Amino acid sequence: MSLAQLDAGRMAHHRRRKVVNAIGLALSLFAMAFGVFWLVWILVETVRLGIGGLALSVFTEMTPPPQADTGGLANAIFGSLVMVGLATALGTPIGILAGIYLAEYGQGNWLGKSTRFLNDILLSAPSIVIGLFIYSAVVARTKTFSGYAGVLALALIVIPVVINTTQNMLSLIPNALREAAYALGTPKWKVIMSITLKSARAGVLTGILLAVARIAGETAPLLFTALSNQFWTSNLGEPMASLPVTIFKFAMSPYENWQKLAWAGVFLITMGVLLLNIAARVFLRNKH
Amino acid sequence: MAATLPAAPYPGKRGEDVRVQPAGGPTPRAVRTPWADRLFAGMALGSALLTLALLAGIILSLIVGAMPAIREYGLGFLTSREWDPVENRYGGLVMIYGTLMTSFIALLIAVPVSFGIALFLTELSPGWLKRPLGIAIELLAAVPSIVYGMWGLLVFGPILATYVQVPLQTLLKGVPVLEGLVSGPPVGIGILCAGIILAIMIIPYIASVMRDVFEVTPPMLKESAYGLGATTWEVVSRVVLPYTKAGVLGGIMLGLGRALGETMAVTFVIGNMNQLKSLSVFEAANSITSALANEFAEAGEGLHQASLIYLGLVLFFITFVVLALSKLLLSQLRKAEGTKS
Repeated sequence: MSLAQLDAGRMAHHRRRKVVNAIGLALSLFAMAFGVFWLVWILVETVRLGIGGLALSVFTEMTPPPQADTGGLANAIFGSLVMVGLATALGTPIGILAGIYLAEYGQGNWLGKSTRFLNDILLSAPSIVIGLFIYSAVVARTKTFSGYAGVLALALIVIPVVINTTQNMLSLIPNALREAAYALGTPKWKVIMSITLKSARAGVLTGILLAVARIAGETAPLLFTALSNQFWTSNLGEPMASLPVTIFKFAMSPYENWQKLAWAGVFLITMGVLLLNIAARVFLRNKH
Repeated sequence: MAATLPAAPYPGKRGEDVRVQPAGGPTPRAVRTPWADRLFAGMALGSALLTLALLAGIILSLIVGAMPAIREYGLGFLTSREWDPVENRYGGLVMIYGTLMTSFIALLIAVPVSFGIALFLTELSPGWLKRPLGIAIELLAAVPSIVYGMWGLLVFGPILATYVQVPLQTLLKGVPVLEGLVSGPPVGIGILCAGIILAIMIIPYIASVMRDVFEVTPPMLKESAYGLGATTWEVVSRVVLPYTKAGVLGGIMLGLGRALGETMAVTFVIGNMNQLKSLSVFEAANSITSALANEFAEAGEGLHQASLIYLGLVLFFITFVVLALSKLLLSQLRKAEGTKS
């Protein structure tokens, strides 16, 4: 083989590598655009169709019967706020305490390790299965769908999220801080409450915000726990309407007024959840 | 002398400093942690145990609830395709097929796209774009699933029918096997639509795990490859990817676990038909989660409800295994990271 031929072969090889590289990188750019494209499309449609259905009556009137002229989502919004609020209040302390156990007490022992492992699985477990659990544990016993059952189901989703962030944020706190406090004779619970947990405050709060954002849009666990209610109720012992379940019912229906309200609901929920997410990020960033 | 002491070590009367020297060494002092400490530790332990108890409770309640169906059908439930509430005969094959098939389609789309996104975010993106783009992808995961569902049913489904399904059907008319794969009424909803929407939903999970594991690849390795003249593509595919393959697989498993358990988005677009007319990806079908969502609240107590809970148990079992695998793979990478460097 002559030198010129060899060179030509090398050049061809070089060119091929460059082309493969260019194709790979172009595809990567395309994938990125593909991902962002869906987000933009979904947001644009939600805003476009949601704003159309939005009116003051959405917040002040009850869910209407099919093909009515008026009506809103007031009872569903109220139900969602109540259930999300109570579930957060119930799940957060348990989540924080368990997170503290994992980060401060159970670092090396089997209980800590297995809890951490199983908690990560619970974090991604199908939420509808949690609905099934609450159904058999609460609804089947009390013989009635109720707001309480919905609160419990949502709280079970809050717990793993809060455990996860609490534990992660506490493990970021340098040990020197703990040791300094111990050296001063501080009892362990005080070290945790006023040194480590306080330093990790921003992160823990972020976790709570993310948990609220997560359950605000959850539908599946409410379907057969809180069910739904056409009327305003503040009695948690009865079936209770919630925004996601109402959207589900209205969107699947053929009635135009229901679909319009469903879009308004989707708009509210999407904006709420995205704002919570962005707030959580901004919050965490400012503190670190 | 007494004035220089910080405090009286033993209680005595004010002003008089009585120092008692016990004979024969110090008295043994019981070391007792303060009660608040024990209470706090107990509460923390209790909460951790509660989490474990919850998981055990979920599994137990599913098994107990499914018992009538398990006794009636045994494992044959998994291979029977009959689901007939009127005749009170149940088999889960249609739903299990729907769940597995939609998740498979979702992975087929989501894995390459997530890889591209992770590659872009770690190697290509200018620094100032990394954060906003990363957040945009993560926000995709934050959008509630019901929003995906409604958007899929009312916006995306019709578009899929007009621009993909109908052209494919005319194109493949008469081709023996492929024709069957795209048959069905041109409404856009069905297994393919559910798979695509699941793909969009799990891209953020897979992409962010991939990005995170790509970023832990030691710069030394990458720089060495670059130094030898490797292109960016070669560095990623031959250095970064082999180094992080456990983590990448873990991320894919995490996405799969999410796809298997997703309820609302699938329920909206899969069509909810409890039969398997053909293998067409445009045929309305059903998945475990959407069968639960649609039928459970109305199912009478007895075999119907028990069969639905049996399906839930199957789903929980599959996702549990997949997620456990994901967790093990990811922790394996973390260990490797600790030893090498």
